[in-house]
Amino acid sequence: MIWLGGVAAFWAAALALNVWLSNSPWRRTWAVRLAVPAIFGLTILVVWEGLVRGLGVPSVILPPPTAIGARIASSTSILWVDFVQTFVKGALSGYVMGCSAAVLTAILIDRSPFLKRGLLPVGNFIAALPIIGTAPILVMWFGFDWQSKAAVVVAMVFFPVLVNTVQGLAASDPMQRDLMRTWSASYGQTLLKLRLPAAMPFIFNGLKIATTLALIGAIVAEFFGSPIRGMGFRISTEVGRLALDMVWAEIAVAALAGSAFYGLVALAERAVTFWHPSQRGE
Amino acid sequence: MRSVLPILTVVMAILALWYGAAVMLNRQWTLDQAARAGQDLTIAQIVADTMAQERPKLPAPHQVGAELWNTTGAMVLEGRAFTRRSLIWHGWVTLSATLVGFGIGTGLGILLAVGIVHNRAMDMSVMPWAIASQTIPILAIAPMIIVVLNSVGISGLLPKAIISAYLSFFPVVVGMVAGLRSPDRMQLDLLRTYSASPSQAFWKLRWPSSMPYLFTSLKVGMAASLVGAIVGELPTGAVRGLGARLLAGSYYGQTVQIWSALFAAAILAATLVGIIGLIQRITLKRMGMAR
Repeated sequence: MIWLGGVAAFWAAALALNVWLSNSPWRRTWAVRLAVPAIFGLTILVVWEGLVRGLGVPSVILPPPTAIGARIASSTSILWVDFVQTFVKGALSGYVMGCSAAVLTAILIDRSPFLKRGLLPVGNFIAALPIIGTAPILVMWFGFDWQSKAAVVVAMVFFPVLVNTVQGLAASDPMQRDLMRTWSASYGQTLLKLRLPAAMPFIFNGLKIATTLALIGAIVAEFFGSPIRGMGFRISTEVGRLALDMVWAEIAVAALAGSAFYGLVALAERAVTFWHPSQRGE
Repeated sequence: MRSVLPILTVVMAILALWYGAAVMLNRQWTLDQAARAGQDLTIAQIVADTMAQERPKLPAPHQVGAELWNTTGAMVLEGRAFTRRSLIWHGWVTLSATLVGFGIGTGLGILLAVGIVHNRAMDMSVMPWAIASQTIPILAIAPMIIVVLNSVGISGLLPKAIISAYLSFFPVVVGMVAGLRSPDRMQLDLLRTYSASPSQAFWKLRWPSSMPYLFTSLKVGMAASLVGAIVGELPTGAVRGLGARLLAGSYYGQTVQIWSALFAAAILAATLVGIIGLIQRITLKRMGMAR
């Protein structure tokens, strides 16, 4: 009862604080903009903890956040090994290969309007398909280790990046291209100095979509077979042993890695496309 | 219409590549078999054999097509459309979970978006999390949801639908918030000069102008729902659904079965997204927003 009462009191207090903060005169300051979602997240954690303890939910159904935190602290070495296997070897290498292959392909087919007209609808179509289903096939071809995961990631990120890059290469306006022609710029010069920079907002849009896809691909591919390490492997085996605190710990690591990866790409975007209206805004 | 020829060319090129890859990948097995039997094979024989193996590394397109037909059309003709060997049955299992989950996720997503647009506290606390959640590999928790709900005694369609709902929820929230905010200041001010109530402003301005955003996020959400339902079928041990066909195929090395399940999933996804696209076309046209 104490737990439940405490939860209700904390929730009401946090809600009142947030409502007050977001209607207060300082609501435009960055401190408040950061504090309000932080208080909301903290409230969820406290309510979670309190409900699990107050209602006596067994930890095989939902472990409290403190238990998950303790598990993260006590098994950092396992989490690190899994992180390296899944994220660095699987997701990151596949991401780099898939994205660079997609950008290069886009530049190649960009020279032929015929190919572009054919490949763009097909690429759009394939980008909407459940490509994750190729995971069992690629695991069969490339073995259980990280190579097959990287292959799944390549298959997943290729088409979104390709489609975005092709669109981006068409983004410079005719006037600018004519200007390049009046300077008798070669194809390569136009590409490097005008069309690739103009395509960057589109390319980064594709790259940002691909960060999430890469991590999902690497994790789900491990459900179909993996060596005895890796986030997907750990999640599926620990679920089988009902050690849910470990599963939540892996999910927390995956969430952190995913957000950090996305954040890094977004930072790179800001550095590269500083001239674009969407970046100059605030 | 003028892009039909290029598209056909690209599809043909993909098919040609596929056949070539099938010959390359399956050749080794054929050669091994022949060497064991002490035979010498001509090139034509090798190519013919790589097209018709029982468990090829890469099945040729016509093998996948034949398997698809055998497990769908042919079973319908025999009147066994809903038996366990039929892809129609497996597809229906996946589709029902997808649609239920998509419905729940979309409904809740729109409700939350309405709340976010009309309540500043909710906007400031929930919105950053909704955006951040798109960068998180949510799919990783699918096995846990399935197993936990199973241990509580809930199994079958609902756990998969919950995963689907979860995956389609956030794209809809983010898209709808953008959509409901898309009317510009001038239009909102005009409604204020008419002394329109907030609900009138919502139904007559915000809701209609959010439609293009809604349909875009519905397409994303539908594709995500299907992936969620398929992945949700993996941990239950390959019993029913397209995901189960994929897993069973990978357990027993039945590559043709994997590929046909994959294509069934692809056809399903394309059809679902296509239907939403069609509704989008018709709705936007009737609202005078067609581009």
